Amino acid sequence: MLRVSNLSLTKGKAILKDLSFEVKPGEMLTVLGPSGAGKSSLLRCLNRLDPADSGEVFLNGAEVRSLDILDLRRRMGMVFQTPALIPETVAANVALGPSLRHETVSEPEIQELLQQVGLPPELMTRQVETLSVGEQQRVSFAQVLANKPDVLLLDEPTSALDPTAALTIENLIKDVHSRLHTATVLVTHDIPQAVRFNTETLVLVCGSVLARGNIQDLVNDTGNTTLQKFLKGELTGQGPEQI
Amino acid sequence: MTIESLLIAYGLIAIALFIAWHNRLKLEKEVVIASLRATVQLVIMGFLLEWILRLDNFIYLGLILLAMTGIAAAISGKRGEKIPHSTGIAFTGILIGSVITFAVLSGAGVIGPEAKYIIPLGGMIIGNSMNASSLSMNRLIGELGHQRKRIETLLALGANAQQASEWAVRQSVRSALIPVIDSMKIIGLVHLPGIMTGFIIAGGSPLEAVKYQLAIVFMIAGTASLTCMIVTLLAARRCFSSDLQLLDTFRPSTA
Repeated sequence: MLRVSNLSLTKGKAILKDLSFEVKPGEMLTVLGPSGAGKSSLLRCLNRLDPADSGEVFLNGAEVRSLDILDLRRRMGMVFQTPALIPETVAANVALGPSLRHETVSEPEIQELLQQVGLPPELMTRQVETLSVGEQQRVSFAQVLANKPDVLLLDEPTSALDPTAALTIENLIKDVHSRLHTATVLVTHDIPQAVRFNTETLVLVCGSVLARGNIQDLVNDTGNTTLQKFLKGELTGQGPEQI
Repeated sequence: MTIESLLIAYGLIAIALFIAWHNRLKLEKEVVIASLRATVQLVIMGFLLEWILRLDNFIYLGLILLAMTGIAAAISGKRGEKIPHSTGIAFTGILIGSVITFAVLSGAGVIGPEAKYIIPLGGMIIGNSMNASSLSMNRLIGELGHQRKRIETLLALGANAQQASEWAVRQSVRSALIPVIDSMKIIGLVHLPGIMTGFIIAGGSPLEAVKYQLAIVFMIAGTASLTCMIVTLLAARRCFSSDLQLLDTFRPSTA
């Protein structure tokens, strides 16, 4: 289980302000917000790719700063906006995480992982540079799943893809989440996408929580004028005076 | 050569300055300072060299080479200012690279135990080592920025600094060694090195001249490779925080 308590980050200006939330195994939390809201920084603070100024992050009850950094990152798998694979075969990329710890992943295991992300086993020997961006993003997913993570952090994983490829990755996320029951945090700026995921949602603007709840309830919450401005695309997220 | 001829040669610096100004390279100040420094340094060295070449105390000769290493490291360190402790890294790389090459060549009898061999060849080794160090750090800074996404993907998968920077290190060393490898390819075809030409003009045997020149070419290749590897590996480690985060210098702020 992932628990975040009073997390703050400042880099010249406040990026995250006193955020707290919890994601249990099998749950998915969508973090929705405009560009510059601090969404990616939030994920980066969770696996310590960025150092938070204050607050605490707990993974299964243990504060992440007390954990071995390499083990923490293995347990908090992160998929980025754009796939950045190593210039090797699909199989080498899928097995990369375990190989960093000098563990081997067998051929049937690689095939199983490729199957989980909807890629045919024949792709195993292909160089990743010859794949489409959508296929590369699937390899990135398989790469993360090979590490057997406790938590999945998804940083706008469809934003670099065309609409069709984005929808297939969305379905992949839903499928992987329902099968593995991993606690998942999905970051997106795409409101229709958040609605399609239909999960507990945290609306982040200028590093602060503007609203939280099921996305359907938030969409119907006409009492919150700032939230409605954001949902109508009238809030850019640049400047704290907007909230 | 007359003073007028030298002034005409200085005119070539004006071409470099014009190109720098016209293309907004912001290198004008550096070109002027570098050319003035070269003039002053060579004039001073012209007067000092006679005295230095008469030195027969190895401690003094060693100190002169150490001072040369320090100056080379300070200049090279500035090329890698984005990397913490770049001057110290450059000093370590240049010192180790030069000492090993110097020891091998001395042991092989290429560098005789006299100031007239130790100082010019030592200077050549250190100078080439400095070039290798500067190129390595410059390329590493570029590669870390360019490969930032891949590096962070690797870190997020559980890579340590060495594993995460492996491809950036490889590419930096490869790029930094291009000038040395290319100059070996053209030597004797395009580039007729000064020492060999001078040796032949002075009446030396061409084969003897070739032997010396080959030793120098291999000396430059050896020094450059050693320095590249040492500097790049030491520098790459410094580009990550103790919590294995790529330093902010190499990535734009993300939100």
